[in-house]
Amino acid sequence: MMFAPAPYVLKDVSVSQVMTQVCLALVPGIAAYAWLVGPAILVQLAIASAAALGAESLMLKIRGKPQAMFLSDGSAIVTAWLIALAFPPLAPWWLVVLGTVFAIVVAKHLYGGLGQNPFNPAMVAFAVCIVSFPALMSQWPSVGLQVSLNEQIKVILGLAPRLDALSGATPLDALKTALKLGEANIDVSQLLANQDIFGNFAGRGWEWVAGSYLLGGLWLWQRKIITWHIPVAFIGALSLISGALWLYSPAQFASPLFHMLSGGAMLGAFFIATDPVSGCTTPRGKLIFGAGAGLLAYIIRVFGGYPDGVAFAVLLMNLCAPLIDLLSQPPIFGMKEKT
Amino acid sequence: MLMNLFKFKGGVKPPTNKTQSTGLPIASTPLPSRLVVPLHQSIGGMPNPVVKAGDKVLKGQLIGEADGWISAAVHAPTSGTVVEVAMHVQPHPSGLDALCVVIEPDGKDEWIAREPVDYKSLKPEEVRERLQQAGVVGLGGAVFPTHGKLRPAKTVPMEELVINGAECEPFITCDDLLMRERAEEVVRGIGIFRDLLQPQKVLIGIEDNKPEAAAAMRAAVDALNEPFLVVQVPTLYPAGGAKQLIRVLTGKEVPASKRSTDLGVQCFNVATAYTAWRAIAHGEPVISRLVTVTGNVHAPRNYEVLIGTPMDELLKLAIPHPDTDGIIMGGPMMGFLVPDMHVPVIKATNCLIAHDDRLFPPKPPEMPCIRCGACAEACPHELQPFEMYWFSRAKNFGKTQEYNIFDCIECGCCAFVCPSRIPLVQYFRFAKSEIWAREREKNAAEGAKARFEFKQLRDEREKAEKAEKLAKAAAAQAAKKAAEAAEAAAAPAAPAAPVAPGGDGLPGAVDPEKAAKMATIQAAMERAKAQREAAQPKNTETLTAEQQRAVDEIEARRVVFEANPEQAATPASEKTE
Repeated sequence: MMFAPAPYVLKDVSVSQVMTQVCLALVPGIAAYAWLVGPAILVQLAIASAAALGAESLMLKIRGKPQAMFLSDGSAIVTAWLIALAFPPLAPWWLVVLGTVFAIVVAKHLYGGLGQNPFNPAMVAFAVCIVSFPALMSQWPSVGLQVSLNEQIKVILGLAPRLDALSGATPLDALKTALKLGEANIDVSQLLANQDIFGNFAGRGWEWVAGSYLLGGLWLWQRKIITWHIPVAFIGALSLISGALWLYSPAQFASPLFHMLSGGAMLGAFFIATDPVSGCTTPRGKLIFGAGAGLLAYIIRVFGGYPDGVAFAVLLMNLCAPLIDLLSQPPIFGMKEKT
Repeated sequence: MLMNLFKFKGGVKPPTNKTQSTGLPIASTPLPSRLVVPLHQSIGGMPNPVVKAGDKVLKGQLIGEADGWISAAVHAPTSGTVVEVAMHVQPHPSGLDALCVVIEPDGKDEWIAREPVDYKSLKPEEVRERLQQAGVVGLGGAVFPTHGKLRPAKTVPMEELVINGAECEPFITCDDLLMRERAEEVVRGIGIFRDLLQPQKVLIGIEDNKPEAAAAMRAAVDALNEPFLVVQVPTLYPAGGAKQLIRVLTGKEVPASKRSTDLGVQCFNVATAYTAWRAIAHGEPVISRLVTVTGNVHAPRNYEVLIGTPMDELLKLAIPHPDTDGIIMGGPMMGFLVPDMHVPVIKATNCLIAHDDRLFPPKPPEMPCIRCGACAEACPHELQPFEMYWFSRAKNFGKTQEYNIFDCIECGCCAFVCPSRIPLVQYFRFAKSEIWAREREKNAAEGAKARFEFKQLRDEREKAEKAEKLAKAAAAQAAKKAAEAAEAAAAPAAPAAPVAPGGDGLPGAVDPEKAAKMATIQAAMERAKAQREAAQPKNTETLTAEQQRAVDEIEARRVVFEANPEQAATPASEKTE
């Protein structure tokens, strides 16, 4: 104690407090998800959490790190929840476990554990699974489906057959496929009139889930866990490019609002792209990072082969983050005027 | 008084804990059993002791003479006998010893003859000289000799004189009490600084959590009819950092690479102004200062303390609680736990905080950095502490300098907000000291190289000169011998035969000359060689202990390597990874 350096007073903050607040901010989104889409998501969250803690504990043991300190930091739970929320709600349990274990073991601990991973572990899990199991990762149940929780759990655990009704496409995917099939004869507004899939703004049900993520994200910003830069730049870039193309041809392209409330846009803007470990840290760097991720997400989801582009967009920007940080260092105190 | 204030970025708001020690007025202290007065109490040259063991000294008598311009004199805090001039532990985190004059008080507290003067009758140079002789240094904590800051820059007009009464560190209230009780003398001291620097305006900055001090200062400024502005600045740590206060009051940002006078501004602490006034107008050198004694004590308050008073004796006056396990000198943000409770109060000691685990809970274990950027947002110098931490940890010191580590003022804001509880400032101090050490080594090596090269050059020159001289002498001798030979040849009675048995007369006469010349040259060359050899090892003579160790290690490795090259190579390559 006698050699402890100043400061002797510290603010009441900790890594686990930060992670707990991120989890709390996800709660509105999870609640909307469970209510509107299906309570199966709660099961997936539990499966992913258990897998993440198990993998974390194992890796800590192998690496000779203290268990209690790192298991309680909450970072594994955040990763697990983001994976569960990004995967299809009725994905088989082993797919969720595989993704989570890959995220914790490979994307996190093989790179050095907490704070050292160059890529967002949850997005690595998503990318690995969608490349390896494209069919399973693209099966999304339609929102109005009347299947009991019991049935849903059976599907997840592989005890019941995967019914066709349980494996539709996401609204984004549905729109893209329909546009491709219909060639130039189909109008976006006609497609969106299909009330089975689409709601008032975007995917039926999903639009409210996205809105709840936005709410949680704003709370994170208010709590100063995240800054405004990345979400604003992400949503700004996404709206800008989708707005430009929508104005150019409303028949072929959906509106910015549709894109903002579809797929992983809100989750990505507030919870994934804002991961400080794998993202940019300077104010200007964050703006570039967020804008790049928003832009790439749009390009991949509209012109690419995957149902959504947020995961790949974030991973691609993770690659650029160190360089962006290096080149966007803010001027320091007293060195602002160019002499 | 309305004026436009500026903001600095970052800063934190730790609990201030100031009210505990402001309830009671400043108290005087009884004479301690002995006084340990370190000679080196300011930035710059270490004063030379001018007393020895057994000497009788009077209160205020010079005991350490300033060494050079950036250095300040040290005086006896009371009358008594010098017991010893010896090394004692310093109130410094290193716990290293330094030369101190130890005085046993005689209890009379008898002053030297003091010479009060009206500074207006003195030339500026004389005022500065007197301040140096009185040992006036920055009492805000930096202890830079004050006279060294009282010369305006030649090219830049002095626009603002900033007087620092912000006192932003938690717990510390000595400047607050000084301003409350001795505002008039503080303002008079500021008057001296103003007259020497001739600024366009004088701004006195006080954090807005000290309304009594601000009111007292305003009253004193009005009473003395001075045009000084007393400005209450928002309470935000570290608003009392000189650079932050200058920013808040003037909008100017002083980078590490510049002096504040280059931007037309200078800054002094209120206590420095007070001691400057006492030194000039009363002839009293700096032998005491106000110290806040607080923390885990029964009766926190401010004391006027003689320099050299052992800290444990001072702490006793405030009645520390029994679980006190250490003393923090300074505030909880930038202070340090003293290595020994007996270390003396020095000119930089503004506060003693009795430490215990209830007030200052042990820090939770350090976690990895998650790059959340909270430190960068808290940094008042707008640095990127997590990047500096990363490179300090990797010992990539060049990179830390690219991230401007020397602009770090070690205020501790980054460590205060870090959710991973990383002692960031500690890493930065480590990096800075490593960089300094390397710089010193480099300079030492370059100096040795330069000395060696000069020596070689000189030897060459001397050799050439000697050879020339010898050649001349030889030529003269040859001429003389030739003349003698000519004389001998002229005299038929002296044959040359015994000198040159193997040849005829003429070569025989030349040979001994040649041999003598050769011998002289040979001897000269040998002397030069011996000299050169004596000069060669010079570059290994000035090695530091570390370098010597490194050389020894290399030698040892070479021995091993030569004995067994295969095995020796492996550990060496592993070590470099």
